[in-house]
Formats: sequence, structure tokens, C-alpha cells
Amino acid sequence: MDTHAALYELGKKRLESLRQLPARQSVSLREKLEQSGITRRDFMKWSAAMTAMLALPLPFSNLVAEAAELADRVPLIWLNLAECTGCSESLLRATTPDVSTLIFDYVSLEYQEVLMAAAGMQAEQNLEHAMKQYHGRYLLAVEGAVPTANNGSFLTIGPHAKTGMQLIKEAAAGAAAIISVGTCSSFGGVQAAAPNPTGAKGVQAVIDQPVINLGGCPPSETNITGTLMYYIMFGKLPALDMFNRPKWAYGARVHDNCERRGHFDAGEFVEVFGDQAAKDGYCLYKVGCKGPYTYNNCPTERFNSHTSWPVLAGHGCIGCSEPDFWDTMADFEKPLGRQLLHGLDATADTVGAVILGVTAVGIGAHAIGSIFAGTYEEK
Amino acid sequence: MSKRVVIDPITRIEGHLRIEVELDQNNVVKKAWASSTLFRGLEIILKGRTPYDVGLLVQRICGVCTFSHYLCGTMAVENAIGAKVPLNAQYLRSLMLDSLHMHDHIVHFYILAGMDWIDVVSALSADPAKAAQVAMKYSATPMAAGEGELRAVQEKVKGLVASGKLGPFANAYWGNKTYKFSPEQNLIGLSHYLKALEVQRIAAETMAIWGGKNPHPQSIVVGGITSVRDMLSPARLQEFAQKTAHVKEFIERCYYPDLLMAAEAYKNENSVLGGANVRNFMATNELLLGENNHLFKQGIIRNGDLSKVEDVDPMKIEEDVAHAWYSAKGPQHPWNGTTIPDHTPFIERDTIYGKLPTVDEAGKYSWVKSPRYAGEPVEVGPLSAILVNYARGTKEVVEVVDEFLRQTGLPTEALFSTLGRTAARMLHCLINARNCDRTFNALVKNINSDETTYIQPSIDPDKEYKGFGMIEAPRGLLSHWIRIKGALVENYQAVVPTTWNAGPIDSNGKVGPYEASLVGLQISEPEKPLEVVRVIHSFDPCMACSVHVMDYKGKSLSEFRVDPSAL
Repeated sequence: MDTHAALYELGKKRLESLRQLPARQSVSLREKLEQSGITRRDFMKWSAAMTAMLALPLPFSNLVAEAAELADRVPLIWLNLAECTGCSESLLRATTPDVSTLIFDYVSLEYQEVLMAAAGMQAEQNLEHAMKQYHGRYLLAVEGAVPTANNGSFLTIGPHAKTGMQLIKEAAAGAAAIISVGTCSSFGGVQAAAPNPTGAKGVQAVIDQPVINLGGCPPSETNITGTLMYYIMFGKLPALDMFNRPKWAYGARVHDNCERRGHFDAGEFVEVFGDQAAKDGYCLYKVGCKGPYTYNNCPTERFNSHTSWPVLAGHGCIGCSEPDFWDTMADFEKPLGRQLLHGLDATADTVGAVILGVTAVGIGAHAIGSIFAGTYEEK
Repeated sequence: MSKRVVIDPITRIEGHLRIEVELDQNNVVKKAWASSTLFRGLEIILKGRTPYDVGLLVQRICGVCTFSHYLCGTMAVENAIGAKVPLNAQYLRSLMLDSLHMHDHIVHFYILAGMDWIDVVSALSADPAKAAQVAMKYSATPMAAGEGELRAVQEKVKGLVASGKLGPFANAYWGNKTYKFSPEQNLIGLSHYLKALEVQRIAAETMAIWGGKNPHPQSIVVGGITSVRDMLSPARLQEFAQKTAHVKEFIERCYYPDLLMAAEAYKNENSVLGGANVRNFMATNELLLGENNHLFKQGIIRNGDLSKVEDVDPMKIEEDVAHAWYSAKGPQHPWNGTTIPDHTPFIERDTIYGKLPTVDEAGKYSWVKSPRYAGEPVEVGPLSAILVNYARGTKEVVEVVDEFLRQTGLPTEALFSTLGRTAARMLHCLINARNCDRTFNALVKNINSDETTYIQPSIDPDKEYKGFGMIEAPRGLLSHWIRIKGALVENYQAVVPTTWNAGPIDSNGKVGPYEASLVGLQISEPEKPLEVVRVIHSFDPCMACSVHVMDYKGKSLSEFRVDPSAL
């Protein structure tokens, strides 16, 4: 059986097991959609789009459609640790599905501090209830890093003033899957930047279970809901890269799909923000773009219902979905220079001189190579 | 005997906040304490980095008011090195700030504070046909409040209830007697809650047009803005105008009428008429109409006296840490702040829920410092912006405030309250929505003759610089303070809105706005302290903003005093 066929089988089995669970709603999604004037055809079109987004072959759209109808049975606990709430805000921007559809139709949002109505003791009861009631079955999403210095006392939550470290360990113990939403929960994020005064760490560094990391500061709404949907549909973790990020979203470098890539290959660069080259949409490498070292689908999915992404807005990528990017990618408005490239970038290392030299044959490769050489020397 | 109520987490805010109140035998709050329970230490992290990266890094202070710190930090650097930002960039920055204000205020009223006013369970028993009639009372052209739409909303929520899984609506204070909307009014509010979830997405898109994304846009640089292509694209400009108009429609047809409805229903409810016991209000310039011309003007009002407005003097700002988890010798101006973290444990004591760790009010109990203006606590936020400009006679502000008071029949004094704070945020949002096209038109006019968006700054490594940025963020006056040496960040401080409002008692025993606002509040059910949550939410707490504030010198973290057994 090839990989896709195996995945399809797995998805089918997963849906079968979901179907055995008691329904949460008396009216089925299909009926509900019909009531809202959404035809079966519209729904299948959505499923096909979702399938394409997940980089799955078209026959999977049947599975996606079926999953959407069953998916409302997954309990979700979302913890906010050392964070800025940007990932919750990104979730609010979701469009496929949007956040109210997510809440009403796909998951049972048991605990999410930014959205839940309960507060204080009642909020804590919700968390405890969900951890017990759905032990082994709930999806755990975590936003924010775990402060570990001084026994974790840089963060306490709840009437019993539990530390973030205690909470994550308790919640992880009963989770069916754990998703670190954003660079803070994945790799420590901004508070873990040198000298990391609170000993902040990513979730995977403090627990022993597998974690899906959604790098990004914040990750796009598409990557958040797409990952939730993947798990709900297939009941397993998606294929992951070396940093445990889903390959469907983080499989390609920003540079690979960048709309300015042609200008890079042609050796056309913005030298100073706001110059004629900036007005013409030239490549931002020389004003610091970290697209060649960053794995994410920003150029294809963009942000805010595909409205834009930083490179379209004329600012280089800052590499926000990579581990330790606050330290390894700074200064953000200067090119890294080859001497600083980390091990991951075996290919990126050669971007400036070699790849350019090869792929840009016939368009003055040597000249471009020396432009880059000049850049490195300036640094 | 007094009773202690602990509320942690205060949900539907940004960050981590613990509120404790002490009640007398009549369940009236005698004392209150606000404790911020997360520390991240971003100023330490900033030290030694290039000033050009400051904006991107300080932006991560907050993902809700996601643009404010980015802008303020960048302005602090520009102020320090004397970089003059081109007018086009100033206009675009102002438009992004307008987008943020509109987005943030809508999210606050519906998604964060809404459940304090709207009883979701009561909405289930409403008659949708009658509710559609009720909606006509507050707006000639109501939105998402037709009979069919209201019925659909009701069915949607009934589905959740029938399943026994209420999701985000589970276990809240439903049925509390201080909920004052009728079932029909609750249903209208609930329908607008769902509509707001949709509209806030569009509001965020208006910022993403110039910012590349939201949260955490990425187009501001020291010396200007990078989205020059978007600015020069007529299609992009129109996209902004169109989407902003859509948001404005929601504000006029939902947000404004809902505040009229709230004012009517809640005007005899004590918990919403109090809640403004610090009566000093401060705000700064906002909404750029032309070079050096803002619609909202800076100023400070003392003791609620609307007949006098003073100019804000940034040098009178100091921070006190007597009861905050830092040690310092007396209050300090942000340029000279030397703060050392000094965490101490909670104290176990009896509460209405049994024994719990509680704040050490005699010692230190919050990661938030206590900013003071000339030694006095000050409230900041949309209410301050509205009051300062009402007192200054700013035409656009006076008009909407007077109209709102006329329509609700409330006296001016009612502005000094939880209701006033909530209404002022809506009015602030409305003024932004109605006037940001003036900024937009000024930009379009300017582009005709000038396409500049950036001037290249320079920082001399042999010189020392200091500067500050000051803007009006959605939660109020925000200032960032920087010192630069050797072309690197030498010292950094951010004095943020929530710090002004949420700080603990100072060394003179003066109480800040959060804690003062709760004193005198009667709680109907101490186990379900809805009134406390309602008052605190009216400030729109943003805790991550407020707890990063420190300047760290000379002490290693291993020296902190921590008692893990209490945590």
C-alpha cells in the first residue's frame, strides 16, 4: 500500500471510531448547512479546497467532508503560559473554518482563557473537569513558553497559584495530542532570547510526549486551524520535519515560493527601504530578508484571509518560525552573512554564491555573485 | 468577620491577572488587590541589541494591542537619534493605529467584556420576533438582529446546551441577579457577539494591508515604513477604504446601539455606576489629521475637574515598586530606572473557598510596577482620551459625548464609572471610524506630490542618545524610553497603560485605578463575583504589556528569594 492509500485507510478508521461516539448535536452539520443555504456542492467545494491546502490528493476530499461532519466531538484545552496572546488573536482571525464555526461545530472548547466566559474558581473547575472527563482523549494546545527558572515562579495561574510548569505537566499527562501553537510554546520564543532571564523553554523541553510545533510569531490562522483539522480528520500527527513542524505547512522555505524570487535570481535587490527598487518590488535579501533560512508557507497562504504577508509589505522575513530566531537571525534588517548560517542551512549556505551561480546562468551569475561577496565584506 | 475572595484567572483578558477582594458582612468590598502573575523580562533581553530591532522585539510585549508597542518603540529610537519620519509614513502609521483601535475596541466589548453584560442562558428563552422589534428601538437600521437571524443564533446556542457541552460558555455566572438585559436584549447582544467575531477579522485585515499581517505586523522601520508599493497601489488604498467602511457600519449599527441598550438596562445597577475612584485622567495625541495636527489632544485632568486641563509633562512620570516584585530605592523616572526582581511567596490564608495562597499585601504582590504622575495615581484609556478632549472642547468629541448623554439621559457624572469607561471606549472607536478617512485623504493628497516613505537613519557609535515615544494605545497612554550607547541599546523601559491602571499600592499608600475601582462594590454572590470581573474588564486589562517593565542590573537570578512551597 502506498503512503497515501495507507493514510486514507487510517483516516477512514479514525472517522469510524468518531462515529461511535455520542453525537453532540441533534441537527447534523449537513442539515445545518442546508438551513444556512449552503448546498452540498458548496460544502464539497470547501472540502476540496481544504484538501488541497493540506497537500493531499483530491480523493481525500470525501474524507475531509465526512470528518467535518463528525469533528465536533473533539474536546480542546488551550493553555496560555508565558505569552503575548498573539496566537489566540491569530486564532480569532481564522477563516477556514472561522472561529465561531470552530467553536460550534468542530471542537468543544473546554478551556481557553481569552474566549471562555467562566473566570476564577469556575474557570479552574472547567479545566479540572475536562482533564478528568476526557482523559486520554483531549487535544491540548499550548500558547506561550514555560518559565522554568526559580521553580517556575515567574508564572502562576489559578486560585491555587500553580506554576505554568505544573500546569503543563498535568495537562499533558492526559492529552491525546499536544500542539504547541507559536514560537514561544514551540521553542521558547521571545522570552527565551538571550539572556533568557526566566529560563523560558518550549513545551517539548519540559515534557516527554511528542509535540507538534507550529512555529511562527504568531503562526498564521491557516496553520493553526489546518493543524487542528488534520488531527481531527486523521486522528494522528501529521508528517513532521526535524523541528516537529507539520510538513504540509513548513515543508518549503519562504524563499522557495517567494513572489520576489525572480528578482533574487536576476540579482535585483532593494538597497534601502523606500528606494526605486522597493517601489518595483525587488528582492529584500540585502535589507535583511531571512526567507532563505526559514521554513513556512507564508508566501502561498499569506495572513488575514490571504490579505498580505511581510515580504509583500516590503519588509524582509525575520525567520519567526525558526528556533532561537531572535538570536540567530538578528540583526533583522541586515543580511546574515555566510559565517552565521546554522547547520540547517546546508543549502541556504550556498544561496548567495553557489546556487545563484548555478541557477542564474545566463543572467550574469558572476556579477551577482560578486554583489553578494561585497555584502558579506561590508558586514 | 471579613471574607477574602480570590479570582484567578481573570479570563477574557490579555495575560495573567489575579484579583483578591476582602468583603465585609454585607459583601461590600473593603479592600482589593491586583496581582499580575507573569514576568517575562523583555527589557533585559533588549539590552545590547541594535536599536533597529527594538520595534520588532517590543512588539512581542503584546499580541492584542499588537501594533502599539511596535510603533512606540520605533518612535522612541527615532526620537533619540533625531530621525525625521516622512509624512506619508506618519499617515500610514496613524491609519494602522486607527485600525488597531477599531479592532481592539470591538473585540473588547463583545468577546472580552460582553459576557459580563449579556446573559447567554437568558437569551435562550427570548422570543426572536419580539427581539427583532426591540432592536429597532436602539437603531433605525439594526444589524444581525432580524427575526430570522436571531432565531438562527438561538438555535445554534441551543444546540450546544442540548449537547450538555457548553464549550466556552460553560460554568460562568449565568443567572446572576446583576444581569439586567431582558431575554430579548440578551439575544440581540449574543447575535452581535457572533457578528463581532466576523467583523474583527475584517478590522484586522485593514491593518494587514499596510502591515503585511496582524497580529504582529511587520512594516515599520526606524525612519519610516516599508509598504511603499501598497501605498502607491490605488487598488490597495481602495481595499483599505472599503474594509474600513464595513467596520464603521458595524460600529454604528451594532456597537453604538448596544451601548444605548446597556445604558438603559444598567443605569440603576450599582456595580456599573461606580468604579472610577481614581479621578485623575491622562491621554496623549492621536489620529493624525495633518502635519503636527491630531484630532485627540494630549492632557491631564485632576480630581475629575473637567474645567481644567494641564499639558502632560513626560518628566513627571515615575515608577514605584514598594509593593511590586522588584527592589529599588524610591520612585524612579524611566530613563534612570534600576529595578531588580525580588519575588516573594504568596501567603496561605482562609478564603471563601477554603485555604488558598493569597497576596502578601504588607509585602510585595505583583509583577506590575506603580507608575505615578507627580506622585499621583492616574487612570489612562479611552475614558481618559474622551474626558481630556471633552474638557478641551475638541469638537468631534464634544459632539458625540453630548449626543450619547442626550440619548441615554445620563448626566456627565455618569462618565466616571464602569459604564462610562465602557461607553467611552465605544465613542472613541466611533470617532476613530468616522475620522480616519481624514487621515486617509490627507495621505492620498500627499502621495500626489511626494512618494517618500523612508529616510535612512544613522546612529553614531561614539555618541550617547536618549529618547522616548508616546502614543495613545487602545488601553491608553503608552510610553517607551530608551538610552543608546555604542550604537546598541543601553537601557530600555516601557511604561504601559495597564501598568498605570493595574499597579499595586505605592510607598505613600496611594492606591491605583484597578484596586480603587473595586472598593465599595457590593457583591451579590461572593462565590460568583461577576461584579468584580465586570469592573476589571471595563479597563480592558492587558497584563503581558504591564509585566515586562524592568531594568535589570547587576544581580544574578539565583539571588531571588523564592519559596516554592507557597506556589
